[in-house]
Amino acid sequence: MSSLYSSKVMEHFLHPKNMGKIKNADGIGKVGNLTCGDVMWLYIKVAKNKSGKEIIKDIKFETFGCVAALATSSAITELAKGQTLDKALKINRAKIVKSLGGLPLIKIHCSVLAADALDEAVYDYLQKNKKEISLDLQKRHEIILKSKESIEHRYHDWISLEEQLRHKKK
Amino acid sequence: MPKTKKTVYLDYAATTPVDPQVLKAMLPYFLTRFGNSMSLHALGQEAKSVLEQSRKQIAKIIGAKTSEIVFTGSASESNNLAIKGVAFANKDRGRHIIISSIEHPCIMQSAAFLEKHAGFTITRLKVDKFGQVNPADIAKAITKETILVSIMHANNEFGTIEPIAKIGQICRDKGVLFHTDASQTFAKLLIDVNKMKIDLLTASSHKIYGPKGAACLYIRSGTGIEPILHGGSQEFNRRASTINVPAIVGFAKASTICVKRMARENKRLASLRDKLIKGVLSRISRSRLNGHPKLRLANNANFSFDFVEGESIILSLNALGIAASTGSACSSDKLEPSHVLLAIGLRIEQAHGSLRLTLGRWTTEKDINYVLKVLPKIIKNLRIISPFKI
Repeated sequence: MSSLYSSKVMEHFLHPKNMGKIKNADGIGKVGNLTCGDVMWLYIKVAKNKSGKEIIKDIKFETFGCVAALATSSAITELAKGQTLDKALKINRAKIVKSLGGLPLIKIHCSVLAADALDEAVYDYLQKNKKEISLDLQKRHEIILKSKESIEHRYHDWISLEEQLRHKKK
Repeated sequence: MPKTKKTVYLDYAATTPVDPQVLKAMLPYFLTRFGNSMSLHALGQEAKSVLEQSRKQIAKIIGAKTSEIVFTGSASESNNLAIKGVAFANKDRGRHIIISSIEHPCIMQSAAFLEKHAGFTITRLKVDKFGQVNPADIAKAITKETILVSIMHANNEFGTIEPIAKIGQICRDKGVLFHTDASQTFAKLLIDVNKMKIDLLTASSHKIYGPKGAACLYIRSGTGIEPILHGGSQEFNRRASTINVPAIVGFAKASTICVKRMARENKRLASLRDKLIKGVLSRISRSRLNGHPKLRLANNANFSFDFVEGESIILSLNALGIAASTGSACSSDKLEPSHVLLAIGLRIEQAHGSLRLTLGRWTTEKDINYVLKVLPKIIKNLRIISPFKI
């Protein structure tokens, strides 16, 4: 059957990996795309490996968006899982797109969303634990922060609904 | 429907399969009766004769005179001809045109073209939350400069039917030309251009089980209109191009069949549509119907689901063999949500989660039951993935 997306994209979309929340996550990256309105939340759990380096022990996502957004979310969790934080920060949109066997040109921005979410999750972890943040990551964080405000404004009703629900569960 | 594999096709507003009877009527005009209607020899005259016969059939359906029908290549072309053609021919009388904010892009952009390049002023009227134009707003918007009002008969996305007879009367009283884009209603709803005071009307073939590549513009006698395609003298000097005889034969045949079945088919489709609407709204929380609850096309159901995105719904349905469409920004080439869903007051995120299901001649109750079975699960699964939940 002819399809808009590659078979790898469809596989991730129909059977997403690492979907959901992590309770007591060490870092959370919440990002949104202003152009299309997609939103992605990424959770990470950090641990040390045998050589004492910090790695992403567990990673999960929640995404509101199109097929490409869901597939890139799923794909980045697979790429990042088990990687050291340094390596995880090197996962960029090109790597994600490659791992998916390509994306339609107009959907490339979705892979940026996933890369941003991972950056933000790592940033969140480093900041919370008062660890050193590289200049590059700091810069990227500041750029992402700008669009985040307007996304949070747009989805205010839904976000507060989600928060209420979370408090109720606690 | 000529089936290759099991597909539940619910995108009839996008296009329809060709009725096998229609195809059969067309075939001789590809193979043996292939003449150019402008040729003087027998083959040419045969083509000319069937062209005029087709014109007569189409004219009859809307109560028009044969000479008032101009065949075109698409509804977009008809709409371009109506807006630009009338504007260029009447620009000395005034340079103001009124349209609604929910017109098809070909009307919106033809109007914007005149605004940009020919010094026209365009009024884009707001619609109510159900997508209806208020005729009183048209009366108010008409000025001495107004030469044309163009309001669609029914909206292609959410199916709301516009009060075009009332609008036609207002335009007639004020001496302003009235065009309606009837792409979604021709041969599906009763249309009488005289009773409804319509001066120009766009009709399309591939929405009514005819082939793509054929459409027409009804132009009331005496209406000033400039051609937009120049060259030959075809179509009463109003549209140069070699006549696409097979497509026009198919268009006429398809129209005749649809009109014959109209009453019965509308009743059948409306009942399936209502079952679908009721079923979806009762089974899926945080869902809403877009468009008018009653005054809507018999085959149109348009929903919004909170917390999920339309393209994801479409491709999840597609994976289960169901063809549908969405007004989500993610599915558009410009990454902009549907302008008509925003015009009826949907927020961007609601347009994001929109789903259009349009029924047609081969839609069965089994198809509707299948959708009602799988759609709630699809929405539920996508909501599990979504950070926003209920």
